[in-house]
Amino acid sequence: MSSASSSQMGQLVADKHVRYILMAEKKESLESVVMDHLRMNGAYWGLTTLDLLDKLGTVSEDEVVSWIMTCQHESGGFAGNTGHDPHILYTLSAVQILALFDKINILDVGKVSSYVAGLQNEDGSFSGDMWGEIDTRFSYIAICCLSILKCLDKINVEKAVEYIVSCKNLDGGFGCTPGAESHAGQIFCCVGALAITGSLHHVDKDLLGWWLCERQTKTGGLNGRPEKLPDVCYSWWVLSSLIMIDRVHWIDKAKLAKFILDCQDLDNGGISDRPEDAVDIFHTYFGVAGLSLLEYPGVKAIDPAYALPVDVINRIAFTK
Amino acid sequence: MHGRPRKASKPEEEAASAAKAVKLRSLQSQFMTYHHDKIYTKEAIELSTKLLEINPEAYTAWNYRKLAVEDSLSRIGPDPSLVKPILDEELRVVENALKQNFKSYGAWHHRKWVLSKGHSSTGNELKLLDKFQKLDSRNFHAWNYRRFVVELTNRSEQDELQYTDDMINNNFSNYSAWHNRSVLLSSLLANRADGFVPEKKIPDEYEIVHQAIFTDPDDQSGWFYHLWLLDQTVNVESPLLTSSWPSHGSSVILSGAGCFNGSPSNFTTFCSETGSFPLILYFDQAVGGVSSLTVTLDSELKGNENLVWEPISNKSSQVSCVWVARLNFSSQPCGSKDYKVKVRLGNSPGIVSSRGFNFSAPYEFVFTAHVHDPAKDSQERIVSWTDGFELWDAQSKDLNSLVTLGQLNAGIDLKWRQAAIDSEIECFRLLADSKIGKLTLARLLMASEAMMSDAAVKGVHYEEILQLYNDLMALDSSHHHYYKDEHSVAFLHKVTSSSESLSRYLFRYRDMNNLVCLRLNKLSLSRIASVNKLLFVQMLDLSHNELHSTEGLEAMQLLSCLNLSHNRIRSFSALDSLRHVKQLKVLDVSHNHIGKHSVDTTRYLCSSPLSNSDLSQDDVRRQNPGLVTKYWDAYFVLRDLNLKQLDIAGNEIAGDEFNSFVLQVVPKLVWLNGQKPGN
Repeated sequence: MSSASSSQMGQLVADKHVRYILMAEKKESLESVVMDHLRMNGAYWGLTTLDLLDKLGTVSEDEVVSWIMTCQHESGGFAGNTGHDPHILYTLSAVQILALFDKINILDVGKVSSYVAGLQNEDGSFSGDMWGEIDTRFSYIAICCLSILKCLDKINVEKAVEYIVSCKNLDGGFGCTPGAESHAGQIFCCVGALAITGSLHHVDKDLLGWWLCERQTKTGGLNGRPEKLPDVCYSWWVLSSLIMIDRVHWIDKAKLAKFILDCQDLDNGGISDRPEDAVDIFHTYFGVAGLSLLEYPGVKAIDPAYALPVDVINRIAFTK
Repeated sequence: MHGRPRKASKPEEEAASAAKAVKLRSLQSQFMTYHHDKIYTKEAIELSTKLLEINPEAYTAWNYRKLAVEDSLSRIGPDPSLVKPILDEELRVVENALKQNFKSYGAWHHRKWVLSKGHSSTGNELKLLDKFQKLDSRNFHAWNYRRFVVELTNRSEQDELQYTDDMINNNFSNYSAWHNRSVLLSSLLANRADGFVPEKKIPDEYEIVHQAIFTDPDDQSGWFYHLWLLDQTVNVESPLLTSSWPSHGSSVILSGAGCFNGSPSNFTTFCSETGSFPLILYFDQAVGGVSSLTVTLDSELKGNENLVWEPISNKSSQVSCVWVARLNFSSQPCGSKDYKVKVRLGNSPGIVSSRGFNFSAPYEFVFTAHVHDPAKDSQERIVSWTDGFELWDAQSKDLNSLVTLGQLNAGIDLKWRQAAIDSEIECFRLLADSKIGKLTLARLLMASEAMMSDAAVKGVHYEEILQLYNDLMALDSSHHHYYKDEHSVAFLHKVTSSSESLSRYLFRYRDMNNLVCLRLNKLSLSRIASVNKLLFVQMLDLSHNELHSTEGLEAMQLLSCLNLSHNRIRSFSALDSLRHVKQLKVLDVSHNHIGKHSVDTTRYLCSSPLSNSDLSQDDVRRQNPGLVTKYWDAYFVLRDLNLKQLDIAGNEIAGDEFNSFVLQVVPKLVWLNGQKPGN
């Protein structure tokens, strides 16, 4: 990294972040007990960040994989941690982690894909689990998961797309259910799902692009919807959405990179939602992923739709 | 995880926190035992209550409670006086959890689950929602839950509209309220509810949203609502035909392969190896249902009885703004015969916009096709972009027949729309110093231009529009490229606003029988626009601009030569739209940025296995899987083009490996980088 450019915008303390992730894994703090139920998500955030920094080799693949398999339910779905109930959220994270390690082949793909496909409803929407909560997040998760497993044909893709389109708002954005307000997180999910199913023609790219680019605040950071505070996690959701619809040039990328770098804990590693706030794995992942999309040197390229490294997705998409 | 200050914890804090962790861990562990053993005793249920009080995000505990409720209900039977207390307890637990974290998905869903059982009071729910609104008027969980309750109660849309009125009057900076207003109002307008006619309601809404925008021009809450009102004002519901090729009243000369003989005024000559020419329909919005049943053809050209109409879009879409059919002319006896062709649409129903509105205004246009003998020698010559061009004569009769820029389908009710735009323009001139003032004014002036039919006054606003975008680039530098793109769009609208202004960029290319060439090079264009007015273009020079994609060019069905050298193209995926331009023979993408960037912004706008479209295999893919993965977008895009001449020099991707890969993918290529391969 040249000192001229890094001193202007700050430096990515990659080694500190790697250490932070490896240590966070071991803590038995109140925070980690409270988040016990979403450990599968946490593992995905931590491991993907390590891979983006080319340090995936520092973890024990066998340990991770065998723990993942203890989270699988007889229904085929995965829980957030051993003993918890299965849910589509953790099923995707499990599949994504296995994709990182190129270990999808250890799965009974038929079983996992049947669990996911079984959650599609008549109107094309997806429930999160047997209890029926419907949200476009789950549409994205199902489509992303089944596409990685190469089982998209197990669902009614046309209806799935139809449901997502029914959640499109008059400002060009998307909400969690029809009529719900546009939110960057939901927009990422809907745009990502449409991208993976070759359906981006349903997006009004100029209208949504303007809504998204106006998420950039004076600080350079991005918020999730109008009149809210900037947050590093939106650097992922807004940025990846802009990239998928080819409108990322509508924001100031250098200013955003500087905002993300300012959210680092330069001493202890980790990235927070806003400068000087407490760090966590969630924001560390989104910060590094955001820098990847901004082509920050030393960070591997990440796929904006699947949220996994490009080399992982290209390997899956172009072989066989 | 959000909004907590970063500070090192003191040892006392750490000890207290560690103690809490131990307690929580034992609580969770005990809960798991009850859950897995399916124990639903009062004691067990109370444990889950305690757990959810501390950690409302423990989703398995909400699942457990649902199982416990179902277990209880199965035991007590249907008596409402017994059922209600059980469900009320669940509502109490949810309310406590929401007090801890009013954004908990698990808590809100549990509440919906309870309400769905039908024994709880929805009146209470609305009161609860009022409480949450006061705490955070932007809580989207609460707004979603409100929609859920409203559906259960059958509250009218008018009442809910009034609610958004109240919220907005209380505090205009409430995007959530504006959003809900837009949903309700568009539904009331679409259903033509009592008193909800656009010409009355839209102007009223402009008044209301002005207060939001003018009070604090930096607050975004009203911006997107205003843009929606503008869309409602400018865009007519039913689809319209904006242009066609050939255009009404034009005369087209058709020739088979080998276009290299003929008279000087042959600029409308279209040469085709396949003996067919495209008939292009360009609508103002995406439509479906264009077929030989909904578009009728009256012509002496034989062999065109059941035309196949295709949308210019990717395979999974049945709708498009642009539809093409290929008319056969090769089976006609040659010689000097003029064939009249009459095209009619809107007489039978079937053409429907993607929003569900019918194309209803019957329209017909007539053109003349003159079929020429094909040339005997078809010598392929390399196309030069620098020599052999002559400027077109602006006064020439042929030019005016070629360039028909007049408004089609006039006669829609424009009065209230034009009045609204004029009134808004007056208003926003008062905000001319602010970003939103300038941006809105520019958009209003563009809208005004689009609605203008009087040729004498058309084009007056463009100078001001371009200046406004220049101002905005300076005023709001973070969004520089957004304004740059809008500037390019306005510039191209200006260029195509009259045949006089367009003629300055039109040339004849002598080497190809005076093929009409549009030269838009060195204009700092970052975006393509006005393609609907440029359907006649066969040769296009866009070199030395700032383009990063060919989005929009798919409609140029006559395009055979395209120069994109010295632009900002980063990948072949950015050229995906050219796969629809089957006439394209000559492509220059030299001196771009292909191969320079690790991020591909058109990765999912290109049909490939990544977007689960185009999964086809061929020999090249089977024999070179590594190269196909490495150069996947070049492979999929070039494979679908019928290029004879390609220039890729001056890109990072170019080199021996890539160049030889290209020759495998495009075996019929005659010139690569100006040379014949194998030389």
